[in-house]
Amino acid sequence: MAQLLAVLIDGLIYSSWLFIIAVGLTLIYGVMKILNIAHGSLYALGAYSAASLAGYWIKQGYPPMGSYAVMLVAAILVGLIAGPVIERGLLRFMYGKDEIVLVLVTYAVFLILEDFVKLVWGVDPYFIAQPYGLLGSFDIGDLTYPNYNLVLFGAAVFIGVVLAWVLTKTRQGKMLLAVIHDREMSGAMGINVGRVYFITFTVGAMLGALGGALTAPMISVQPGIGAETIVLAFAVVVIGGLGSLPGAALAALLVGIVRAAAVHYRPELDLFSIYLVMAVVLIMRPKGLFSAQEARKI
Amino acid sequence: MNTQASKFLKSGAALLAAVLVSANCYAQDKPIRIGLVTFLSGPASGPFGVPAKLAAEAIVDSLNAGKVPAPYATKGFGGTPLELVVIDEAGGATKQVSELRNLVERQDVDFVIGYIGSGDCLAVAPVAEELKKITILFDCGTPRVFEDASYKYVFRTRPHATMDAVAGAMYLLENRPGMKSYGGINQNYAYGQDSWADFTAVMGTLKPDVAITTSQMPKFGAGQYGPEISTLLQSNSDVIHSSLWGGDLEAFMLQAMPRNLFTRSQLILVAGEPYLHRLPGSIPDGTIIGARGPSGVYAQKSALNDWLRQIYKERAENFPNYPAYSVAQAFLGLKTAYEKAKAQGTPGTEEIIKAFEYENFDSPSGKVMMKLGKGHQAVTGTAYGTTRTVNGVITVGNIKYYPVERVQPPEGIKSVDWIKAGMKPGKW
Repeated sequence: MAQLLAVLIDGLIYSSWLFIIAVGLTLIYGVMKILNIAHGSLYALGAYSAASLAGYWIKQGYPPMGSYAVMLVAAILVGLIAGPVIERGLLRFMYGKDEIVLVLVTYAVFLILEDFVKLVWGVDPYFIAQPYGLLGSFDIGDLTYPNYNLVLFGAAVFIGVVLAWVLTKTRQGKMLLAVIHDREMSGAMGINVGRVYFITFTVGAMLGALGGALTAPMISVQPGIGAETIVLAFAVVVIGGLGSLPGAALAALLVGIVRAAAVHYRPELDLFSIYLVMAVVLIMRPKGLFSAQEARKI
Repeated sequence: MNTQASKFLKSGAALLAAVLVSANCYAQDKPIRIGLVTFLSGPASGPFGVPAKLAAEAIVDSLNAGKVPAPYATKGFGGTPLELVVIDEAGGATKQVSELRNLVERQDVDFVIGYIGSGDCLAVAPVAEELKKITILFDCGTPRVFEDASYKYVFRTRPHATMDAVAGAMYLLENRPGMKSYGGINQNYAYGQDSWADFTAVMGTLKPDVAITTSQMPKFGAGQYGPEISTLLQSNSDVIHSSLWGGDLEAFMLQAMPRNLFTRSQLILVAGEPYLHRLPGSIPDGTIIGARGPSGVYAQKSALNDWLRQIYKERAENFPNYPAYSVAQAFLGLKTAYEKAKAQGTPGTEEIIKAFEYENFDSPSGKVMMKLGKGHQAVTGTAYGTTRTVNGVITVGNIKYYPVERVQPPEGIKSVDWIKAGMKPGKW
């Protein structure tokens, strides 16, 4: 029983993290039909910026609790700078081209940003461990968990709820859904599609950077973390159905629980577990759990 | 045939022979180009790759200036200066095979020194053999390189990883004879699997009644260890064995410390020495640390050790860790072989190989003997110690040195078989 409980808690924590790193990717694909490989680099930029700024904050002797706000600001700054630069500077010239071309373009951006990270931060890792332990911990049975895990869980729920609310309950969100459904018709009806793309990509970039910023206190921030992350995020997005927000949430939950169960009961399956979920889901539903039915244009 | 024509033919033949011989020798008037392959990015770069690169650069500068203590005082290799061509090891084994071909066929390097990842070593060794280029594996650990194959052009100047497990288990049982159980967390690739297999085999031989509680094998670069830490916590193991290294080890420690894993279980990090230099605040007292050989914090005082510490500190502003010692062994081993071959005449590839096989040479971490793998695999003793905080600084105490015959299998027997047979000391 204690082990089952541990599987559920570990699974939920891991799912929260997966959802946070994948949600920006699925949002951008849902609206813009761009599989943004550069999402991994935005994650890395978020992690580096958070580690640098929060590290500076703590080093200066400012209240350590303020480091959480600093991490958040770092993620927002990365999104506000990198998002518009990539979208306005490059992607807008590619709209209308084949999806594969756009994948290659974002892959090129990913490679450029990977080198940019090395240029700015070097290859030595950055550590910002304090925020991970600062909030204390809680015990469940014989297991201790840092309260920071609750922050991750809370952030995942908050992001999911806010995005769902914005998409379904606000005018801007409904315009965005219209663009998702039919870009050309939305444009014909007066929606500024370019502006919707711009805002969506910037928000997606911000979410990618937020994933990195929230992960930074738990890892050694170093070159290559973006590549590891984009593979996982991609798996989650594909399982959930490309572009589906509820799909990404369910996929993250599924993958998180299955991986935690594998680690606890059959550790030798750990490496395989995520791809097992992916294979099973794609066999049953080739376009993912929540793929939308596509209307055929005549 | 008239005399003039005969002379012409003889001269031509002599010239052709000279050209052929010189093609296989190392020119004296231009620098010897050495391809250095080490991680410059990715999880292994900070603790392993970059220290190795910094050490290599410092060593080459020092060698070229003729400032290395005896017996290495000659400038460069036999008076010829050295030149480095540095390549990033990141990207996986397939990429490294291509990079090795590029180094040899396009960059025209004379020797290759490189490879920290065991998977990379296993992949490039047959290619180096095919390219007929002397390649020195300077740091990777898997014993499979020379236990499962035989190479002419490939050397490894670092002992293989069996000693990590053997000496680690000995040290552990000497200091904790009453232990009843242990679990493990190791990366799911060649080195991690070998390390765990060796350690369980040694423990099974030395103390068969100790129970194995769990074996966690996260993927290389996993980054998130929540479920693994929960499993280790619930296993209530007396000891946790780990060969994690680089960013994986750092992330694991950052996540495990706040969860009080190490108040329940003692940790043994068989490749943990570089970690001491990086995150001193997050390594608990009582952690057992290995360094694959008496290097890094375990290197004993000598002129060569003082030299390496000084030149490294000038460049890196801290003291060298064990990958820096590994790269020093590769350069000094190759220099010894090159100059020995040169003393016999022209230092061609065949002559250097002959000189390298079964050679003994001094290094900053003591005497190195090329005794295994038909003279292509180095052996040394090793050391283990335990961390303790003194005046707020993490140090290593209770250091014990193990001689080579106790921790390395002799020639002709595989590590696993030697361990299962009771680890009878060989004759060296």
